Amino acid sequence: MEPGLYNYWVAIVLMMIGLYTVIARSNLIKKLIGLSIFQVSVFYLYISMGKVTGGTAPILGEGILIYSNPIPHVLILTAIVVGIATSALGLAIVVRIQEAYHTVEEDEILEQDRAL
Amino acid sequence: MIDAHLPVLQIVVPLMAAPICVLLRRKTMTWAFAMLVTLFSFGIATQLLSKVLSDGVVSYALGGWAAPIGIEYRVDVVNAFVLLLVTIIGSVVLFYAPPSVANEISGERHYLFYASYLLCLTGLLGITITGDAFNVFVFLEISSLSSYTLIAMGRDRRALLASYQYLILGAIGATFIVIAIGLMYMMTGTLNMADLADRLPAMFETRTAMVAFAFLTVGVLIKLALFPLHMWLPNAYCYAPSVVTAFLASTATKVLIYVFLRFTFTIWGAEFVFETLNLDAFLIPLALIGIYVASIAAIYQTNVKRLLAYSSVAQIGYMMLGIGFVSVTGLTGGIVHMFNHAMMKGALFLAVGCVVLRVGSAELADWKGLGRRMPVTMAAFVLAGLGLIGVPLTAGFISKWYLILAALEKGWWPVAMLALISSLLAVMYVWRVVEVAYFQKPDEDVEIKEAPLQMQISMWILTLATLYFGVSTDLTVGVAKQAAEWLLGVTP
Repeated sequence: MEPGLYNYWVAIVLMMIGLYTVIARSNLIKKLIGLSIFQVSVFYLYISMGKVTGGTAPILGEGILIYSNPIPHVLILTAIVVGIATSALGLAIVVRIQEAYHTVEEDEILEQDRAL
Repeated sequence: MIDAHLPVLQIVVPLMAAPICVLLRRKTMTWAFAMLVTLFSFGIATQLLSKVLSDGVVSYALGGWAAPIGIEYRVDVVNAFVLLLVTIIGSVVLFYAPPSVANEISGERHYLFYASYLLCLTGLLGITITGDAFNVFVFLEISSLSSYTLIAMGRDRRALLASYQYLILGAIGATFIVIAIGLMYMMTGTLNMADLADRLPAMFETRTAMVAFAFLTVGVLIKLALFPLHMWLPNAYCYAPSVVTAFLASTATKVLIYVFLRFTFTIWGAEFVFETLNLDAFLIPLALIGIYVASIAAIYQTNVKRLLAYSSVAQIGYMMLGIGFVSVTGLTGGIVHMFNHAMMKGALFLAVGCVVLRVGSAELADWKGLGRRMPVTMAAFVLAGLGLIGVPLTAGFISKWYLILAALEKGWWPVAMLALISSLLAVMYVWRVVEVAYFQKPDEDVEIKEAPLQMQISMWILTLATLYFGVSTDLTVGVAKQAAEWLLGVTP
């Protein structure tokens, strides 16, 4: 079956949901969730790009002539690691913000700073 | 034998040294080890630059895999110069670090600080040296993640929020860059920069190319903090530990400017970017507005660190202005300013670090009478400040001279006038600090000692460098000019 542009639409929709969440939410954890969705949408974009119509998995073997491009997949493995590291570091910082301010709402934090 | 492996040693040595720092754990030992490693990197960078200047481009196939399949490290005049800049600043700032770090970061985290510092250095060097587009992203994230950690180590709790905001914006910027690289790969089937430069021109008409270029430019501009995408910078520089501010202010944004140069000039080509897309029509106004808005914001700051951070945003405007002229003189000005500004801002932030160590604050109100109480530090501050203004005989004059020359070359005298007048704003914000430090009486008469010798040596190295490069311009202008000609393809 021809996939058409379906994958790309999904990638764009996810990207916008993610970006909107980052911008619109003031809860620091929700922002990080949005950031993760945003990054995952890019993974979809890359993985879809590697698909070759009618191709199988890129395995060396008899009878396998057409196979999907493995390079975008491998690149995205790296990007996944980076994404995890970013989320982990972000959450670690949020934990310390919670300890220092006793809240994870950005506007309340800014208010506390202004009160000083 | 070892000569052939210099490009990879530049990256691998600091990268491997970072975990060793974690294993060493002892404060002095980790510092001494990190110092050794940065000096070694500095040695390699000088070797590489002299090699490039005598024999031309150095190409290194990582792991023995040849270019299109493997990752290539490619050193030409432009990035050899940036490598040298990053390693100089890295060494000088690290030599300065121990007393300041002991004062601002709790003792049990020192080894983590030095490990993150080395990782950040690795990332910045990696971005600079690599000839592979995706590799740029990987190193960009290494340097960014470690700089978020470094910023979060600031003793003020606001450092945490600053680091968080930088993380969000930085991650968005980096993801934009990945999207762009993905689209570029989609069109050309390669990630090697030289191959991309060969194959992209055939795709210029497609919408994919436009979108890729748009994502790339916005992503890089977020990371290099061009106005109006600079929102993360003032807080991050203001609340980070002094050493980190000095290091990041003089290297991180400069390396991203290099990335911008590399992608626009080498990969996309000046013709497409500036003639088909007219990016300069967008870059020059933004740079000029950025210079004015950020300089005026700097005048109103009450914290010296934040004042200098806003001034950094303005100075990035000058560099982008030089690039926007798309001429050899303009680019020379931009690249020289990159180097000179790194020296000046490094010296200024190191001076602020000395004051923070002794006075305990970078608030302008606490700086009253410092001119008499810490004369040596304040003298360095004033000299580097004069460089920021662009007074003749300082490095800042040289870069502004080239920028204005480039504007006049194009016959854009209003741009030249605006760049000239903006120096007055720099006079105002530097003067505010000078006025408080030299002409106001301190609230209480407490004896304040100068900072330790170790910190002063580093501070003066950079301060004297700004004076030296204001008089002798062979190294800076000579190399920058070659780099500019290389980027514009004037010489083969």
